[in-house]
Amino acid sequence: MAPSVVLVTGVAGQLGGELAARLAADTSIDRVLGVDTTPPPRDLRRRMGRAEFVRVDIRNPLIGKVISTAKVDTVVHASLSGHPSASGGRSMMMEMNVIGTMQLLAACQKSDTVGRLVVRSTTSVYGASPRDPATFTETTEPKALPPGGYAKDAVEIEGYVRSFSRRRPDIPVTTLRFVNFIGPRADTAFAHYFSLPVVPVVLGYDARVQLLHTEDALAVLERATMHDLPGVFNVGADGVLMLSQAVRRAGRVALPIPEPLVPWVGRITRRARLVDFSPEQMRLLNYGRVVDTTKLKTEFGFEPRWTTVQAFDDFVAGRALRPVIDTDRYLGAAESLALSALHALPGRGAPAPERPEPPQIEGPTPPALTPVR
Amino acid sequence: MGEAEVIPLRGAGGRPRPRPTPRRRSVTGPPPGVADHGTVTDGADGGMVDAGQGAGAPSSELVPAGPSELESAVGEVADFLRRRLGGRYPVDEFGFDPDLNEHVILPVLRPLYERWFRVETIGVENVPAEGGALLVANHSGTLPLDALMTVVATHDDLPTPRNLRMLAADLVFGMPGFGAVARKAGHTLACNPDAEKLLGAGELVGVWPEGFKGIGKAYADRYKLQRFGRGGFVSAALRTGVPIIPCSIVGAEEIYPKIGDLGPIARLLGVPYFPITPTWPLLGPLGLVPLPSKWYIEFGEPIRTDEFEPGSADDPMLVFNLTDQVRENIQQTLYRLLSGRRNAFLG
Repeated sequence: MAPSVVLVTGVAGQLGGELAARLAADTSIDRVLGVDTTPPPRDLRRRMGRAEFVRVDIRNPLIGKVISTAKVDTVVHASLSGHPSASGGRSMMMEMNVIGTMQLLAACQKSDTVGRLVVRSTTSVYGASPRDPATFTETTEPKALPPGGYAKDAVEIEGYVRSFSRRRPDIPVTTLRFVNFIGPRADTAFAHYFSLPVVPVVLGYDARVQLLHTEDALAVLERATMHDLPGVFNVGADGVLMLSQAVRRAGRVALPIPEPLVPWVGRITRRARLVDFSPEQMRLLNYGRVVDTTKLKTEFGFEPRWTTVQAFDDFVAGRALRPVIDTDRYLGAAESLALSALHALPGRGAPAPERPEPPQIEGPTPPALTPVR
Repeated sequence: MGEAEVIPLRGAGGRPRPRPTPRRRSVTGPPPGVADHGTVTDGADGGMVDAGQGAGAPSSELVPAGPSELESAVGEVADFLRRRLGGRYPVDEFGFDPDLNEHVILPVLRPLYERWFRVETIGVENVPAEGGALLVANHSGTLPLDALMTVVATHDDLPTPRNLRMLAADLVFGMPGFGAVARKAGHTLACNPDAEKLLGAGELVGVWPEGFKGIGKAYADRYKLQRFGRGGFVSAALRTGVPIIPCSIVGAEEIYPKIGDLGPIARLLGVPYFPITPTWPLLGPLGLVPLPSKWYIEFGEPIRTDEFEPGSADDPMLVFNLTDQVRENIQQTLYRLLSGRRNAFLG
């Protein structure tokens, strides 16, 4: 079934808004309705083109009326939020995430036009602990259930979605568990985190980080919207970066913080509006999380175009992040110093054989210290 | 008490003992080494192995390098640092960092392997050069140095170096520092999904199924194999159809002779045991220095698992039998190696 009227929730957010823009560009779709409590930012609204924005709170039964009057046949629930401060506090975030989903599902259940549901979830539902296997498949039971916040919201949302599909087995439901997004335009906690000149990391831990390019995320959501692909799917790029490696690739300086101080530092960065990491997401920085995407590739039929490393490099290039300390230049200098010291050693014979090329001089060396934001 | 034995035997033997050689080669095939340890009656020529190896070892490695070598060393170090600081190195989804393993972790372990424990490997031809294989070994020594030495053995002494991917307890991954390094060295949590994934990808996987029961047993119980877990490693091998290679390690029991256990302190620290050895905690940090026992690592004949019908991994009786077979194999090899060993420290 090709969708003719699509409703997208959370269009004021980056993912929902961009998805509405993409769907609006698809002429096979008759109408695209974007729903959110706040209007999308101006540049996003411009890109959304013919998509209609409906300012309605999905916690309100009014959403049912919107679905029935517009004869919506495909609902994409993309409004899951992980940023407490952007949503107006933690309890407000939970209200929007969980109660909003309940209302939306109730409206879908009563509707006789809705024939497809796509739900955005997160791999946070797996938690992160030292007792978990290296990769999570869709059926892995989490060893440490997420203690609260964003991840708990997602677990509850998935629970409601499961009971919805029990009550309406005729509606195919696609649940997409996304890893963290990254990309040149990504406006996520992770992107803000790596934009800090000095990146706080947990002392003695190095997490494995799996990312997904925002373009790939949109492509997955679009594919789920256009086709009946019921099931739960992990969505992440191939490959892994170590957190320390990512910090180095971005040219940042890692600041190891002893574990007991981590919540405290997290609170400071949140207060200072630097990084909107919720406490349970900080746990990810300890152990990391990698998901198995075999099901995405075989059953869902999607091959991510960017690997984790490529997506991260695209982010670094797109943000024009410059190394805080130009290690390459210092290393080159140290190397030539060591070599000249070797030549000067007595008894070594002055005309020591040269290396094929003189100590590397990096091309156009960027200035050593540049502002990053 | 261990050291008390050393002195009279060294005096009595009076063997010309070559200095531990920088880069010993392993004993392959059925060379004198195997015969020596295989027969009970060898006695006197136990030192032959070492002497022969001492003669054959290259001594040029310690000769000061010429200027060009030094220069290229500087270049290599600079390239390595450039790669590390730029984050330009591959990491697999388990967190394995081959670059770091090759250039930092293995070089750190090597002196311990070559000089301190003078590890001798037997039967390296039993480890396949490629493809998945499950190496099952006995565990001992209070701290898992036996596992680390096996990593070096499978890298340095095999005809084609392999990276042993170990399955470790969750305790390791919860510990700050150790967990991160263990991941970077390629090791992962001992659980069936991870084991099967690694074996399916054609990796050489190492498992110490006795776990804490083996590594933390008292010195009086040395070389007595404990229960082999619940046979999870056998079902992982059966599901992926890879051979099981029994691996017997002799010498690790003597590095930290555990003569006591402070249970309350262990519970306080959240660890399975808090050992008392003749030197620990009596001598403080000095007690952490392992006793220089002489080690042998023998890789046994592979036990094939691809001949069983599919689904046999779900047959508990078969799994138990195979587990017992592996355990018996290792226990017998341990006894054989021990009977050929005259002294724990001189070999």
